[in-house]
Amino acid sequence: MSGWSAFERFLRTDPADVGCGGTMEVMDVYAELAVADRPAAAARYPGVAAHLRNCDPCAEDLEGLMTVIRANGHGPGGI
Amino acid sequence: MGAAEPPGDWVAALRGGGAEQDAAVAQLHGALLRVARSELNRRQGQLNVSGPELDDLAHQAAADAMLAIVAKLDRFRGESKFTTWAYKFVMFEVSSKVGRHYWRTPPIALTAEDWDRLPDRFGFDPAGASERRDFVRAVRQAVDDDLTEHQRRIFIALVVDGVPLDALAERLGTSRNAIYKTMFDTRRKLRASLVADGYLDDEAVRRP
Repeated sequence: MSGWSAFERFLRTDPADVGCGGTMEVMDVYAELAVADRPAAAARYPGVAAHLRNCDPCAEDLEGLMTVIRANGHGPGGI
Repeated sequence: MGAAEPPGDWVAALRGGGAEQDAAVAQLHGALLRVARSELNRRQGQLNVSGPELDDLAHQAAADAMLAIVAKLDRFRGESKFTTWAYKFVMFEVSSKVGRHYWRTPPIALTAEDWDRLPDRFGFDPAGASERRDFVRAVRQAVDDDLTEHQRRIFIALVVDGVPLDALAERLGTSRNAIYKTMFDTRRKLRASLVADGYLDDEAVRRP
């Protein structure tokens, strides 16, 4: 996709989009779900998923958090 | 001697006072610092620093994340692991530091307003001079006619000049959320304007 099509796609907004604030609020819960099953995380939080499709900085933060979760293993209270 | 076990209840330990609280704060700070270092390394492509300077950014991010965590401890509801909740503040602080760092050697001035770059951002054919010119003219017209001065400023910085969103938030002394909300409204307005002018329709793109 390029040119006008790409620009048109960029201009599309999703009314379900919860914004950066709403995404930051639940990013920890979303990240843990997404590490196990990304589609399930998107299904539980569709407004967050809508936001992440359009907000590169929030998507980058989520990617970083998921990387840490994967790298650090699990267990209650574990670091 | 191995590393100390993490507290079973981080919130209680961080609020407990005395030696238990000191130990929890020190342990959490150590973890935040490790995560900040790791995340800054992951994002090194967005920065042009390494070594002690990168480590200094990691220390700043960890310290600011710790302040945010302590201030918001009441808002931890246990829906994720405490450490996951805590690490998200490291992510936000790393983003903020990367955004601030952008202005040390910005590739473009905030006032550049170089509209000729816009077609490249959306993949227009470099050889299609006429289409590129029409695109710029149409978008510029919509921007000038339909956006507020604030919306225009944000659109030009983010979309025309390619300033990263967090860097713009830092420069304007506002939040990522506020900039995103402005751009959200701007995108809707521009779309409506370009549809009204016959450049776009709701489903497919129509050439003027």
